[in-house]
Amino acid sequence: MREKLVVVGNGMAGIRTVEELIERTPDLYDIVVFGSEPYGNYNRILLSPVLAGEKKIEDIILNDDAWYADNGIVLHKGKAIVRIDRRNRCVVTADGLVETYDRLLIATGSLPIMLPIPGRDLAGVMAFRDIGDVEGMLDAAAHYKTAVVIGGGLLGLEAANGLMKKGMQVTVVHLMDVLMERQLDAEAAGLLRKSLEDRGMRFVMGARTEALIGDGGRVAGVRLADGHTLPAELVVMAIGIKPNVELARRAGVHCDRGIVVDDTMLSYDGRIYAVGECAQHRGAVYGLVAPLFEQAKVCANHLARKAFASYKGSITSTKLKVTGVDLFSAGEFSGGPGDEDIVMKDAKAGVYRRLVLRDNRIVGAVLYGDAIDGAWYFKHMRSGTDVSDMRRQLIFGETNLGDSGHGGGDVVAKMAADAEVCGCNGVCKGAIVDAIAQKRLFTLDDVRSHTKASSSCGSCTGLVEQILASTLGSDYSIAPKEKPMCGCTDHAHDVVRKTIVQNQLHSIRAVMDFLEWKRPDGCHACRPALNYYLVCAWPGEYEDDYQSRFINERAHANIQKDGTYSVVPRMWGGLTTSSELRAIADVADRYAIPTVKVTGGQRIDLLGVPKDRLRDVWADLNAAGMISGAAYAKGLRTVKTCVGAEWCRFGTQDSTGLGVKLEKMCWGSWTPHKVKLAVSGCPRNCAEATIKDLGIICVESGYEIQIGGNGGVKVRATELLTKVATEEEALEITGAYMQLYREQARYLERTAHWIERVGLSYVKTRIVDDPDGRRALHERFLHSQKFAQFDPWAERVAEPGFDREFNSMKELA
Amino acid sequence: MNDWVDIGVIGDIPRLGARAVRAAETKIAVFRTDDDRLFALEDKCPHRSGPLSQGIVHGCRVTCPLHNLVIDLQSGEAVAPDEGRVGRFDVRLVGDRIQLDLPGARGRHLELA
Repeated sequence: MREKLVVVGNGMAGIRTVEELIERTPDLYDIVVFGSEPYGNYNRILLSPVLAGEKKIEDIILNDDAWYADNGIVLHKGKAIVRIDRRNRCVVTADGLVETYDRLLIATGSLPIMLPIPGRDLAGVMAFRDIGDVEGMLDAAAHYKTAVVIGGGLLGLEAANGLMKKGMQVTVVHLMDVLMERQLDAEAAGLLRKSLEDRGMRFVMGARTEALIGDGGRVAGVRLADGHTLPAELVVMAIGIKPNVELARRAGVHCDRGIVVDDTMLSYDGRIYAVGECAQHRGAVYGLVAPLFEQAKVCANHLARKAFASYKGSITSTKLKVTGVDLFSAGEFSGGPGDEDIVMKDAKAGVYRRLVLRDNRIVGAVLYGDAIDGAWYFKHMRSGTDVSDMRRQLIFGETNLGDSGHGGGDVVAKMAADAEVCGCNGVCKGAIVDAIAQKRLFTLDDVRSHTKASSSCGSCTGLVEQILASTLGSDYSIAPKEKPMCGCTDHAHDVVRKTIVQNQLHSIRAVMDFLEWKRPDGCHACRPALNYYLVCAWPGEYEDDYQSRFINERAHANIQKDGTYSVVPRMWGGLTTSSELRAIADVADRYAIPTVKVTGGQRIDLLGVPKDRLRDVWADLNAAGMISGAAYAKGLRTVKTCVGAEWCRFGTQDSTGLGVKLEKMCWGSWTPHKVKLAVSGCPRNCAEATIKDLGIICVESGYEIQIGGNGGVKVRATELLTKVATEEEALEITGAYMQLYREQARYLERTAHWIERVGLSYVKTRIVDDPDGRRALHERFLHSQKFAQFDPWAERVAEPGFDREFNSMKELA
Repeated sequence: MNDWVDIGVIGDIPRLGARAVRAAETKIAVFRTDDDRLFALEDKCPHRSGPLSQGIVHGCRVTCPLHNLVIDLQSGEAVAPDEGRVGRFDVRLVGDRIQLDLPGARGRHLELA
């Protein structure tokens, strides 16, 4: 017999939890949901755009009746629960319906705070909280002219903006001297106020509302404490919200400001969970959506009896959903002792940025006028990144540091709907905005899977995040600090890796069983990652699972758009010989290879080889002494060199010779993503070493070792790791660096992103400052290379039954 | 009436893998799941014609090697939110022999035999 889960509250928190739960265990519970509003579950935070006429109510419905029916969930709409009977484990509705429960989830959200002043019961006085309020406001806007919004916080300003767009004359009355004083400092608030005044909004600051004046039962004015009276045919109170906990409190569930829950979202009653705005966790009550999503995941994990997730609280960020106002705020900025401020202000352009640093970490950020980097600062704030390495450029944002793919500038707002955002998959801005609205997307991953935008090369990720943020406002949930590997598990990459080592897991099956993978044999995202982690953890012991490798690594060649392959033999340091070239030419003739191309990595690419001819091509290239160039691998690709001291009149060292030595040391290794090296013989840098994963610049006195460059999606120049005097040192440092990257980076994380995540200082500490550690890393690299340096072409050619994998199974006439 | 054509033994296809069968103009991908179930689809992704036989097989699905479209092996339909479908063929195991239902292939099969 299935247990029964009763959910009180049909809002975003409760239903998100239910969604997460049925994704984990669809059959564990019979689920019954009670909602006091007469609607399905809707996106409350998009009420502002509905008010402003930018969206319709049907656009913001998250789950319609069919969804509940399809998932076997009983929904009681418009039925408020009035009593919880914990002794008999049941809930009772206002009209006497009784429902028993085994587990109860309270997600009653919050209630608007209404000022206890005379006149608050007059017609035309309302809060801004639900669809009913919005309908009331829209109705008033159609019939009346003047409105007063009490409260100059986020909600109040959004309400005022919406009413103004509906043609009303709006005055905002705010108790404090600074708008949105909990999110903004005086400087940013001043800019915001000016911008809103320019649009026609009026403000009365530092004003206490004393009474509402009526006329024939409807509100007609607002009287302030200083005696002034403002005309008002509509009054919206938006002074704040309070957790809606009366129901729980009356049932004797321990409440403070909210229902007190532990790190598993469980209340003091072992059968009652609480999530969302009604829950109080570690003293904090949240009024935004992002924390609610995190809570829902944790709660669902425990309801599903997985019992490993824990909620540690959230750092929240705010974005004002007023079209044309670009504003972002997160963390603390009141400035405590020891806090440092970095401020940038361009008053004419209306741009203001302030970062608050404590112990070299960002603890607060206020951005006005150009909030493009909000998500990026927030990411570093949440992960507690030590920003000393980038402090000098920090205030200018991500664009100036060259992380993965920010377009730069607040381009999104100005983009036309038909402007292309994702160049790989041809997705324009309008398609993304529509998908977010119509398919109710909240996260980058949602957008990726529904529109394909940002799912290929990732260079438009920054743009897509901006579109999400500007479409959803504070609803946008920035990817959590530690994302799950994929939909098959709730565990993040780092946890999985650690588990593999600590628990001596030696196969993909063992990992999946141990960590309770949700799908029996994973997916195309997690299997290659697991295979790599096992290859890296158990050199010489783990047997590579070819079926978990992408086709290129299975076929030792690169698949092309027509299903043929390209073949690239290794050319050590970019050197070749006449006999090698002759052999390549013969291969090209013999197999009628349509395209022969010189690559950027100083090698030759043979394109258009059908799969069943690969064997012959390889055999011939092998016979001429060439091996696979691994141009298909998440592993070492090329070592690009210039001619160096041997020939060049500027050359300072034997860059070609060092390149060959590096390639001989590193070839065959498997890495989290591809690795490209280069050696330049002098600072003129003809081998373009400063955009490689590791580049060496030779100088008269030795070798400068540069790391973390990237010449692809987003050009990123390398940073200097160290300078050494001899080739031997350069080789040891390279080996240690390769191994550190292999052991620490997440699968598909290039060195540039890895270094930006862990910081250059960290890499220096491990490789430059710690000679013993460096030697150990280098030795581990050389050890693993013993099991990796085999030419896969020669192996396949020599393998009996090889044809089986590479030929058609059967040719039918 | 089915036209069953023998295409080989189950050992010819690795678990969580696939092989291609060429039948005149058509390429057919034959998949083997981890629990030894067999499926056959046209070897042509509905998105940009990628060879599905080269994709990673997981559960009862395959991911196209070109752009990661995921196709359900049983129905031939793309897994939501992706859209599209490919033609499917019946396939069965008789002993350890794999037989593919190729309508109209009977005559050719006799020729082959």
